[in-house]
This record gives sequence, C-alpha cells and structure tokens, in this order.
Amino acid sequence: MISGIAPACPKCGGVNRPGADVCYLCREPLMAHPGPATLPPSPPPGGNALVDGSPPPAEARPALRPIPMLLFTEAARHNVRMSALLFVLLFVVFFLLGTAIGGAYGDPGTGLGLSFVLYAILGATAYFSGSSIVLSIHGAREAGGEEHRQLRNVVEEMAIAAGVPPPKVYVIPTGGMNAFAAGRRPEEACVAVTTGLLDRLNREELQGVVAHELAHIKSRDTLYNVCAAVLVGAVALLSDMFLRGTLWGRRGRTAGERSGGGRGGNAAFFVLALLLAVLAPLAARILQMSISRQREYHADAAAAGFTRNPLGLASALAKITAGGARVPGENRGTQHLFIINPLRVFDADSSALMSTHPPTGERIQRLRAMGGVAAGD
Amino acid sequence: MAYIPLVLLVAVIAWFVAAYNKLVRFRNQIRNAWHQIDVQLKRRYDLIPNLVEVVKDYMAYEQETLTKVIEARGAALSAKGPAAQAKAEGLLTETLKSLFAVVEKYPELKANQNVASLQEELTGTENKISFARQFYNDSVMTYNNAIQSIPTNSIASFFNFAQEAYFETEPESRSVPKASLR
Repeated sequence: MISGIAPACPKCGGVNRPGADVCYLCREPLMAHPGPATLPPSPPPGGNALVDGSPPPAEARPALRPIPMLLFTEAARHNVRMSALLFVLLFVVFFLLGTAIGGAYGDPGTGLGLSFVLYAILGATAYFSGSSIVLSIHGAREAGGEEHRQLRNVVEEMAIAAGVPPPKVYVIPTGGMNAFAAGRRPEEACVAVTTGLLDRLNREELQGVVAHELAHIKSRDTLYNVCAAVLVGAVALLSDMFLRGTLWGRRGRTAGERSGGGRGGNAAFFVLALLLAVLAPLAARILQMSISRQREYHADAAAAGFTRNPLGLASALAKITAGGARVPGENRGTQHLFIINPLRVFDADSSALMSTHPPTGERIQRLRAMGGVAAGD
Repeated sequence: MAYIPLVLLVAVIAWFVAAYNKLVRFRNQIRNAWHQIDVQLKRRYDLIPNLVEVVKDYMAYEQETLTKVIEARGAALSAKGPAAQAKAEGLLTETLKSLFAVVEKYPELKANQNVASLQEELTGTENKISFARQFYNDSVMTYNNAIQSIPTNSIASFFNFAQEAYFETEPESRSVPKASLR
C-alpha cells in the first residue's frame, strides 16, 4: 500500500512522506493515493493526537480534522501537560535503571540512592555553569549599538506582553537565520538573534521570533532542557558503567557474591539490568527529543498569545526554512535551543523520532490555524 | 489512625494559604501591569517634543499637523479620569499616525537619522503601550477567573477580593469592524 516515491504537492510543491494522503503543508489532497489512510513509515512525533500520522482521506474526515482552529491558551496547556508526562517517564526510566543495576549487585535500594546522588551532582554542575558557555560557543555579542535599537525595542515589547523582566539581548554575526534563548530563570535570561535574521525579517516577523524565545524563557524551557539533558546523560553514564563492569569485572565479583549467598535473586535482576542498560539510553533519548518537540509547539502557541498575531511567526518560520538556519558553532549539544534546528533545516526527515523540533511545515500550519487561516488556504 | 484528621486539617490549611497567596499575587500583578501602562505613556509624552523639534524645520507647510500633535499631547496630559484619558490617548495615537504619514512625503526627512531613530522609538513605545494594556487585560482575566471559580471563590468572597475592570478602548474605535460584520 505504501508507495516508495515521495509525492510532491500539486498546489504548494511541498515534498511529502511516501504514503501521505494530503500535503503536510497545505492539506491539499495528493492524487496518487486514493486508498484509506496508510501508516507513515516513521511513527508520529511525541505521541500527540494532533500530529497523529497522516490524516484520513478527505471525505471521511470529521469537521475538526486537518487541524482544528486552535486557541493558543488551550494549545499551550495541552503541550505543558504532555511534556510534564514525558518528563516523569524519563525519571521513571532513570530510577528503574538505577534500581535494576543495584539489584544485580544485590541491593536495589543502594542502586536507587546512588543514581539519585549521581543525578544531583550532574544537575548542580549544569545548573551553575550558566548560559554564558552557550553564548560564547556561538559567538554571540551584546546588542548595544544604534543599529540594534529596533531589536532591543522588540525584545522589550515582547517582555511586556509576556510579563517577564526584559532579558539581555545578544547578536550572532552570521548570515544564517536563527535565534535562541538561554538562562535558568526569567530574571537572568538572555535572547540571541543572528544578524541574518535581523536583515531579512520585517518587524512583525521579528516580533514573532522574539515572542517564541520569550515563551521558552517564561515557561522555563531553558531550565527544563538542562534537566532533561542531564537525565539523558546520567542514564547513558549508568548504563555505560554497568556494561563495562559486567564485561571486565564480572569474574572477581561472582566469587565474592557466592560466599555471601543470594545468587538466585540477583540473576533475575542481572538480566533486567542488562536489558535496561542497553535499551534505557535509547528510550531516554527518544523521550528527551519528544519533550523538546512538545516545548516547541508550546512556545509557538504562547508566542501567538503574546503577539496576538500567529501569522507573523508563521511567515518568519517559512522565511527561515527557505533562507537557511546555519549558525557558527552549531553542534548536537545545543541544537535543541534554537527556534529552528540549525543541523536539520530540511524538513524531509525531521519528523523522525530523534529530532529536536517538529516538522516546520506542521508548526506553520498550526500557527495559521490559530490565525484563522483555514487549512488549504 | 488518629493522625488522619490531623493530616487532613494540615492539608486543608496548606491549600487555603496557597490559594489566598495566589489571589494576592494575581491582584498585585494587575496593579503592576497598570503602572507599566503609565510608564510607557509617560515615555511617549517625553518623546513627542523631541520629534516635533527635529521635524519642524523641514515641515514648513505642515504646521497644522504638528500643532494637532502638540495639542493632543497636552490634552492627554491634562485629561482627568480613566475614560477621558483613554479618549485623549486614542486621539494622540491618531495624530501621531498622521504625522508619520506626512513624514513619508519628505524624502530628506525620511533619510534623517534622528527622525528614523525617533520614529522607531515612538513605534516601539506605541507597541509597548498596547502590549502593556494587553498584559493588563490578560492579568485581569486570570484574576477574575480565579475569584469566580470554585473553590477559590469562597476565599475571594470571604476576604473581599473584588472583580477588576478591563481596560476598554473607546467605542468609536471599535465601530468600524463591527459595521463590516453587519
């Protein structure tokens, strides 16, 4: 049922996933697939009902289907709930792993306690290292001069709309179009924008981008990101330590354990720990990425609430995708901070499980739905 | 088992304190938002004389527009009461718009760096005024929602948390889109 070719939309030219029934950008029905909805090759990102795979064919579609008119407050609340749930899941994965590894060595409680200590140490380091590292990696400079007056004004405007103290404003001198926010609390946050973005966006679009970044700051996604990254790192570290321990140190330890007794109970734990040590890092990474995607949708919705103009951000996102979002110093460690992932500008594979951002076409379409533009217009 | 009523009592008191503090926080946010509007209005009053000073040499034939702006500013400054002030502020916004429209007609004025930066500054301030009003209204909505919905409404009525009023634009500025909708 799934054909191998990626169909191009006859209306807007957007390249769709093989097997899609309607264009992901403008919801125009794609002629080549008259059958019932087929499963897309990659699972839907984030398990969100609104992004649920390819929509049913046009005639079977309920009135609300392509994307319902979104109220930004509702969208924001939904996304907050989703990411809270995912974050809890991430913690459960982490502590399960700790307990199982502890159990493999005879004491689940100690494993749990030690994994918590590990998380606290890693978290404290990341928390206090501050956002200055991120700024310097990407070569951001403080936006002081007369030429950045408009940017500073726009940031102040959006800070008033969001009800947060105005953050520090930085500029990254590069032709690529991108922006990010950092800082663990709204009081000490900062926003960085590339000069390429300043040159090519009009005031309304710039407002949308800045509002998106302030939404990240207001909902403390910047802190959230740090916590999630630390959790994922801790899971990887635990698994690594355990796997290396079993490979290199197994023989000596079994001799000691045998004299202590209780081998039988440990064997079950050992298998469980081995299984978890292999699977948990992968699962944790997938969870982290889906949290990140949820937060992007949330920030888009909140930005629409601040500017009361979702179409400004929608048009900015379209321009960024078309113009390129490369940034100096781009790397996997900071890719999730940006408004559009600088490493994955092209949309084709960005609905994959491991991507930090939702597909830009989907984001634009949701914003247009909030702005009262019916799908397909 | 004897602890259960005690635990319940502590939980109820904790909820009570949290809910009361939430209402106080919302009410203070509204007051702060209101002052934020005043700050931006004051900034606009301060910017207008500078702009008039810079453009008046170029605009020998547009004295009427300039006097209108200055008069509107004076009227807004001396307006008494929220309703009169809202009306005067609206008028000032209108006259500034017509002034900017006139600036567009003078190429040498548009090229002037001072005028450009003053214009950006005034545009920014206009936006800040409207975003501050938006934030004020959003804060009022959150607060009014809280004091009207169960269960916080019991605390609100007991401690006399009164509903706050929204900032409303004058009816004339709303009539145009209404007319187009029949």
